[in-house]
Amino acid sequence: MLRLEPRASHSVLAAWLSPLAALLMTVITGTVIFIAMGKDPAATLYIYFLQPLVSASGLSEVAVKAGPLVLIATGLSFGFRAGVWNIGAEGQYILGAIVGGGLAVFFHDSTNALLLPSMLALGIVGGMIWAAIPALLKTRFNANEILVSLMLVYIAELLLVYLVHGPWRNPQGWGFPGTRTFPDAAVLPVFFAQHRLHWGLILALATPFLAWFLVAKTRFGFRVRLFGSAPLAARHAGVRSTRMIWMTLLIGGGLAGLAGVIEASGTIGQLVPIISPGYGFTAIIVAFLGRLHPLGVLLAGVVIAVTYIGGENAQIVAGLPKAVTSLFQGVILFYLLAFDLVTRYRLVFRRARGPEHA
Amino acid sequence: MPDSPLLQLKGIDKSFPGCRANEAIDLDIQAGEIHALLGENGAGKSTLVKIIYGVLRPDHGDLWWQGKPLRVASPAAARRVGIGMVFQHFSLFEAMTVLENIALALPAQDVGALRDNIDATAESYGLALDLDRDVYELSMGERQRIEIVRSLLQNPQLLILDEPTSVLTPQETDMLFTTLRALADEGRAVLYISHKLEEVRRLCHRATILRGGRRVADCIPAEETAQSLAEKMIGRRIEQYTGNVPRQLGQPGLRIFELRTGSDAPHGISLSDMSFTINEGEILGIAGIAGNGQTELMSALTGETGPPSSGSIEIMGAPANQLGPVARRKLGAAFVLEKRVGHAAVGDMTLVENSFLTTLEDPAFCKHGVIRWPAVRAFSDQITHDFDVRTTGVDALASSLSGGNLQKFIVGREMLQSPGVLVVSQPTWGVDAGAAADIHRAIRSLAEAGSAILIISQDLDEILALCDRVAVISQGTLSRVQPIHDVTPEQIGLLMGIRHDSIANEATRVTT
Repeated sequence: MLRLEPRASHSVLAAWLSPLAALLMTVITGTVIFIAMGKDPAATLYIYFLQPLVSASGLSEVAVKAGPLVLIATGLSFGFRAGVWNIGAEGQYILGAIVGGGLAVFFHDSTNALLLPSMLALGIVGGMIWAAIPALLKTRFNANEILVSLMLVYIAELLLVYLVHGPWRNPQGWGFPGTRTFPDAAVLPVFFAQHRLHWGLILALATPFLAWFLVAKTRFGFRVRLFGSAPLAARHAGVRSTRMIWMTLLIGGGLAGLAGVIEASGTIGQLVPIISPGYGFTAIIVAFLGRLHPLGVLLAGVVIAVTYIGGENAQIVAGLPKAVTSLFQGVILFYLLAFDLVTRYRLVFRRARGPEHA
Repeated sequence: MPDSPLLQLKGIDKSFPGCRANEAIDLDIQAGEIHALLGENGAGKSTLVKIIYGVLRPDHGDLWWQGKPLRVASPAAARRVGIGMVFQHFSLFEAMTVLENIALALPAQDVGALRDNIDATAESYGLALDLDRDVYELSMGERQRIEIVRSLLQNPQLLILDEPTSVLTPQETDMLFTTLRALADEGRAVLYISHKLEEVRRLCHRATILRGGRRVADCIPAEETAQSLAEKMIGRRIEQYTGNVPRQLGQPGLRIFELRTGSDAPHGISLSDMSFTINEGEILGIAGIAGNGQTELMSALTGETGPPSSGSIEIMGAPANQLGPVARRKLGAAFVLEKRVGHAAVGDMTLVENSFLTTLEDPAFCKHGVIRWPAVRAFSDQITHDFDVRTTGVDALASSLSGGNLQKFIVGREMLQSPGVLVVSQPTWGVDAGAAADIHRAIRSLAEAGSAILIISQDLDEILALCDRVAVISQGTLSRVQPIHDVTPEQIGLLMGIRHDSIANEATRVTT
């Protein structure tokens, strides 16, 4: 018989080794899958995991993908630490892009320098509005935030599709879905003319450090951690659960919205029907792979971004199917959860009881 | 072999990772004796008992039963051999009747026959039980009787009881002792685990004392004093406390007037018309059996569950009805909560972080929302130093501390904030004797320094030793507050048992 017994103490070292072990096991699993598909495993693994990191354009693309992941995951980690399960960052991301990008659609011939900062601010507001819905329903009616936030993703997606096909469609776009391209004043400038890497990177790099300061050094961050690990102690320390649910959802929604408007402004330059390869969901993996620690999230964001770029390379160079990206992301999460389980619990094999002697 | 003991343990060793729980323990229990197993928390009592009852297996050593080697693979096997056990925490289904709870533990059989069987057993040992009542309505003493009857129906030769009197009133304790003596007179043996030394002196024929996993002494309790037994347990001399120093009483620190609360919880208790005042320099004790409104009173005092339905709470002369815990602390109150891990402290946070838990509005530790961790760290160093908290350092997780050490840390954290009012719930519940003595000393010196102190405790000895005045909580109401010298333990016990006596009366009325 196989049973799980909680370990008396869990080690901090094990908590950080578990993502590394998960990555290692993912590579091993990948090798097996590549062999089964009849590919040369060494070459394919190189294409998948290393090629994105050896060229300037590869690094630029990794950074472009890591940016939104890090921003969203940093925001989500507040909620996850507090036990507030916002699964709908994808929808908050889209709303950020709609509300912030909408400004650029309306002022499509503007050259005002305030346009870009206003868009970023409105992007945050858009994400917060979408996150406020599960916050309101949870605090008012005790509605499950997992379901509400998740279902709002589909509404956000359809809203975007409606806008870019309908009222916001580019009149000069030959009927293709999509808004006008944003004016220069609404676009985050790139660092190097030949690469897509843009100024959004600075925000994606700075946010985890700000979040780290909040979590580790402020009373607010202390209360967030307290609320997640000991609700009774939190209540005694003056934490009001309503306020905590609102705050963590708004932080998560705001940063997801910011990521959305940055993507629309910096990477895409307009609003189109699909503006995310599932960043809002993948960021959940990033948050846990980074141990809900802002600086861990920064590293994890890079790792997961590599799987996106590596997946694209593998499609182009090795002829692997597109699903291989999702496969790798799923396998990483699977191993991570498995290793987390064995760092917290001990597997006990128990023999069937033999006859006893009296 | 008529002379072989009923149960004999030879050289029992048991290790867990990082700790040797039992080391070369010999023990023999004769038929017809009540044998005490004494020791502080962590001395290895539970491990040894679990080995006897088949929950754990020893690494080395043998068990002998009536002169023959014994191997118990499981509690079920132990019961078949004739070993029964009553655990400290009962395993009863509250929503089922007494009869159903007993039937569940036994092999399937005819309910009518079982009923007669239970009645016969209960009667011959003086264990009054109403078989058709739901368990949630019963007092702790009655619940324990169910567990004992359940064990006795399996006709055990050895009955093990783990801390059986910790939830009983003095009267219920006396009834239990009568039962246990009757069992011993029949030739059955009782292994009695307790750290209530006076009870052991009254009840037990022999005692085996464990310390640090080893057997350190055997003695006849009746020939010892509680003091000498405690010293054998701890392994050092205990300074005798030399009576209450008369203290200067000041202004009212905590004033409760006609307090009423409602309770939403199922089987929860509402407080009704509770009034008392504690002056600075005074210790008031509230005795009572768990589940009579202590939890509700504590939340009303901390302000965690919102303002009371009516009545008033004043802290240091200021109205506090509408205030939450943090604001009440700002008025000068401090609280030591009953639930240590998860309420008073957070297990997976370090001691430094736990020091911040109740000081988070203190400008010395947090300015403009930014925590001054070096100052918090210095404060936790001071707590562990002043209150002798044994730990690997202030970066240790709270969950790594033993119960007694964590309680010293919590008590220290509250006392070092020099509160005008200190409310303590169950100050030494589950704490070893050494730590309990330290905590008691600290409470007295805080009162001498002029704080008003409220102690809510189930341990009557503790209340008698510490408090100036005492009241009893029962079913959410408070008895008259009386000076401690004007009441006897028996009177307090009667007040504690009010509810249960009336239920027992009802039961007799139904049966007659």
